[in-house]
Amino acid sequence: MEALNPSLETRESELVQQARAGCKEAFYRLAQPCERAFFAAAMGILNNEADAEEAAQEAVLKAFTNISRFRGECKFSTWIIQICINEARLKIRKARKHLYESIDESKSGEDGDYFPRDFADWREIPSEALERKELRDALQRAMASLPEKYREVLILRDIQHLSIEETAQVLGIGTGNVKTRLLRARLQMRDALAPGIDGNWSLGRQEYAKVRAW
Amino acid sequence: MIEISCLEVWKEISNFIDNDVEPELRARMEAHFKVCAHCTAILDGAHNVVKLVTDGVEYKMPDGFSRRLYDKIKDK
Repeated sequence: MEALNPSLETRESELVQQARAGCKEAFYRLAQPCERAFFAAAMGILNNEADAEEAAQEAVLKAFTNISRFRGECKFSTWIIQICINEARLKIRKARKHLYESIDESKSGEDGDYFPRDFADWREIPSEALERKELRDALQRAMASLPEKYREVLILRDIQHLSIEETAQVLGIGTGNVKTRLLRARLQMRDALAPGIDGNWSLGRQEYAKVRAW
Repeated sequence: MIEISCLEVWKEISNFIDNDVEPELRARMEAHFKVCAHCTAILDGAHNVVKLVTDGVEYKMPDGFSRRLYDKIKDK
């Protein structure tokens, strides 16, 4: 099956029409080019490959069943990403149903200020450093350490490259909340990763020493 | 130009990175970064986070994901 270029909006709307009429082939052609984004959205929340695949695929099937509800107000992929996020959340809530942590977390406000933990100075990180398992592992750990609501925003904005408005739509929150959560996510990631930059990410002759500003 | 505090800068640092601040605020923040090593360090670190997450976080697709998805849609 050939890959669909998602930039072809007219083609997308044709396929949506066919899928609405029950054409499974057309639906697959719509969904398949974006499957990585669906999986990543679920993986970012669940952090487990098998669970993320289950959630992403369940979301795609729900999208097929409910395609009559897709009114073209957003991109088709954005609509399914939204369903993936909901599926993943549902899964994680079920796993934690005996705990109250997530409920309390979702009620907490966004108004409090976030204060950076320290002012370690990062120099520019060379792209070659990303090849290093140590840095990739630290990144994954830092992502996993974020509260779910911050991780979701970081994934949608900085990995999926959704706009602020699209992110707000997917998460069902206001754009102001998206910006606040993104700020916190980025600063918490910085705090989580900064100690690792304390000379540890040096590559060859280049060194990225932690330099305190005082 | 009205000076801006470190706290105000931190609140807007993510929007600054996304080029989502008004020109007047941007100018005030840029002036602040020139004289505040703390906020410059936070800006550089946040920039690095965006670069790292954008380039370095990738979720490897499970083998056979597409085929299983195709089969499930077909069986629906």
